[in-house]
Amino acid sequence: MKTILYIIQKEFKQIFRNKGMLPIIFVLPLLQLVILSNAATFEVKNIKFGYIDNDHTSTSRSLIEKFNASTYFDVLTDFPSEALASSAMLNGEVDVILEIPHYFERDLQKEKYTNLGVTINAIDGAAAGVVNVYISQIVQSYNQHIKVGLLQPSDKLVQPISIDTIPLFWYNETLNYKTFMVPGILVLLVTMITLFLSGMNIVREKEIGTLEQINVTPIKKSQFIIGKLFPFWVLGMGLLTIGLIIAKLIFDVPMVGSLPLMYVYTSIYILVVLGIGLFISNFTETQQQAMFIAWFFTVIFILMSGLFTPIESMPKWAQMITEFNPIKYFVEVMRMVMLKGSGLMDILPQLTKTLIYALVMNGLAVWSYKKTN
Amino acid sequence: MKRFIGFIKKEFYHIFRDRRSLFILFGMPIAQILLFGFAITNEINNVDIAILDHSKDATTKEIINKISASKYFSIKQMVTRETEIASVFEKGHVKAVLNFEKDFSKNLIKDHKATVQIITDATDPNTANTISNYVNAILQQYQKELNKDITIVYQIVPQTRMVYNSELKSVYMFVPGVMTIILMLVSAMMTSISITREKELGTMEILLVSPLKPFQVIIGKVFPYIFLSIINAVVIVMLSIFIFKMPVQGSLFLLALESILFIISALALGILISTISATQQTAMMISLMGLMLPVILLSGFIFPISSMPLPLQVISNIIPAKWFIIIIKGIMLKGVGLQFIWKETLILLGMTIFFIALSVKKYKIRLE
Repeated sequence: MKTILYIIQKEFKQIFRNKGMLPIIFVLPLLQLVILSNAATFEVKNIKFGYIDNDHTSTSRSLIEKFNASTYFDVLTDFPSEALASSAMLNGEVDVILEIPHYFERDLQKEKYTNLGVTINAIDGAAAGVVNVYISQIVQSYNQHIKVGLLQPSDKLVQPISIDTIPLFWYNETLNYKTFMVPGILVLLVTMITLFLSGMNIVREKEIGTLEQINVTPIKKSQFIIGKLFPFWVLGMGLLTIGLIIAKLIFDVPMVGSLPLMYVYTSIYILVVLGIGLFISNFTETQQQAMFIAWFFTVIFILMSGLFTPIESMPKWAQMITEFNPIKYFVEVMRMVMLKGSGLMDILPQLTKTLIYALVMNGLAVWSYKKTN
Repeated sequence: MKRFIGFIKKEFYHIFRDRRSLFILFGMPIAQILLFGFAITNEINNVDIAILDHSKDATTKEIINKISASKYFSIKQMVTRETEIASVFEKGHVKAVLNFEKDFSKNLIKDHKATVQIITDATDPNTANTISNYVNAILQQYQKELNKDITIVYQIVPQTRMVYNSELKSVYMFVPGVMTIILMLVSAMMTSISITREKELGTMEILLVSPLKPFQVIIGKVFPYIFLSIINAVVIVMLSIFIFKMPVQGSLFLLALESILFIISALALGILISTISATQQTAMMISLMGLMLPVILLSGFIFPISSMPLPLQVISNIIPAKWFIIIIKGIMLKGVGLQFIWKETLILLGMTIFFIALSVKKYKIRLE
């Protein structure tokens, strides 16, 4: 026990004496938490919008006015010609072009039917779909509006059938993405810090040559590993706590469920990450290799965690891979406990998997650490 | 010059003799682009939903069939009471519940109007919103079918063209981003580490007392990585063309030049990081912690920049990856030439020069 304490003391000193690292460990993540959490929204708004009005009548102008009034569109430009419009689309000045045909008003009055050209930049396919829905909603409501204005007595009105949908967003009525993203990004940051630090730790001693000195001491393998793990574990929990306080104070993230449960889960979760880190550290020869591998897995863990893009939409084989992604479980648990108030029984599957994961990874880490070359 | 070539040779040997790192360097980007190209999408597929059907009549059955026939949703369970909804969500099995009101068909015939609630689990607001939109679109379509016999007086019909990506594939959106992120991080990380490594191991001192000029040392160190990154870029572009069927509408030559420019700017950033950090650990933490999330989130790779709050839109301008993503999307998907992306190119070029100038200024010839 005493041996472990000494190793822990040594590790802590090493962390706190490295003045260059302290701001990277403590300030950088929290700064990123505060700034980047605002970025992660799929909401489609401020759509850059241009139009070509070939008609120049009150009808065409009032249609454009409708778009102007909508909060989704930033009506930017009135293009005199199609060529200018498409060149603006090419250099990214506009993403949507509305083309009002010649005789727009006349056709509408005479034929009661007219077309409207809409061109949408669809490189972001999902956003383009949403833009399309917005546009048809505006045109629909405009149709209703002209009906009343232009209706002649001869037109008999048949009432169309309508299915009304009432969207209800539970647990987050205003669709505030920050309540979801702030804890999520916090998890990413804590994971990255602990994984990188633990991943570099042993291999660094290997590279510098100090590991040999430790290897000739009577310290046991498990003592050594625990001594290495503990400081980072404390660091991770500390960061998480500060992060949660920021989440509450700055972003007012709701914490519906039990905070102790969240902490119990986190304490196991960080063990998983540290186990992975130490395992990488044992298997590599240089810090460079260790970092590349840690980087490789972090990017995969982050992008396939279900935080930024939904897991259900991935192909089946990719979903299988996410079963090995610790961040995925954390994101699920966080969402369930903090935002929905799920209890221990609800998160039991995630908790068990994480626990097994922690045991396996740390077992591997101890096993793969060899005191002899 | 001869000395310099000798030095570059040394660096190449250095890299090629470390088989393990070499394998990692080439294997990982390939694995990642394959994985992410297939897995990352912001559309929804096969989302599990539940149904609460109070009327159980012909119309609701038809709507339910339509929904389960779409590739977006699969109906996981039927709920019988409102009170069950909360527990269904708490278990986390379904993401949405459709609640059909009582006497749905009857209301539709009598009042020409009936109501469905789309209840979504909005703990993930982005997905909840998408689900809600998709269900809405299916219902709109169904409503149109019901109304097809009724001629609506006066209508403007939008003829929509989805340009650059007519099938709305999300691969087109994400492959350029993945490419950018991999090139950025690998290049910045590699150079920053290889230079600080010499510092940490003490061999930098030997290089500094050699007759090589400091900038020759730096260029010599970076040169092999330019070479490696270009190979990486070529492999990634080939994969996106042949595996993900990304088109290259514009000039391949221009794409190559722009990629080289971007690689150099990432490497220059790496040099800058190495001049301000004393150990490999610091260098890596800066290049990983400092770059990874900002590059992923602020480059427009996943989240549209135009929807972000204004301060973030401003900050996003200092992320080189943002400009490169605009450039590759422009060349590959829109097929534009330099006349449309000269501004972005100039910005990248400016950033590169800035990084290099700053590193030269910070570069210390003497060790403390």
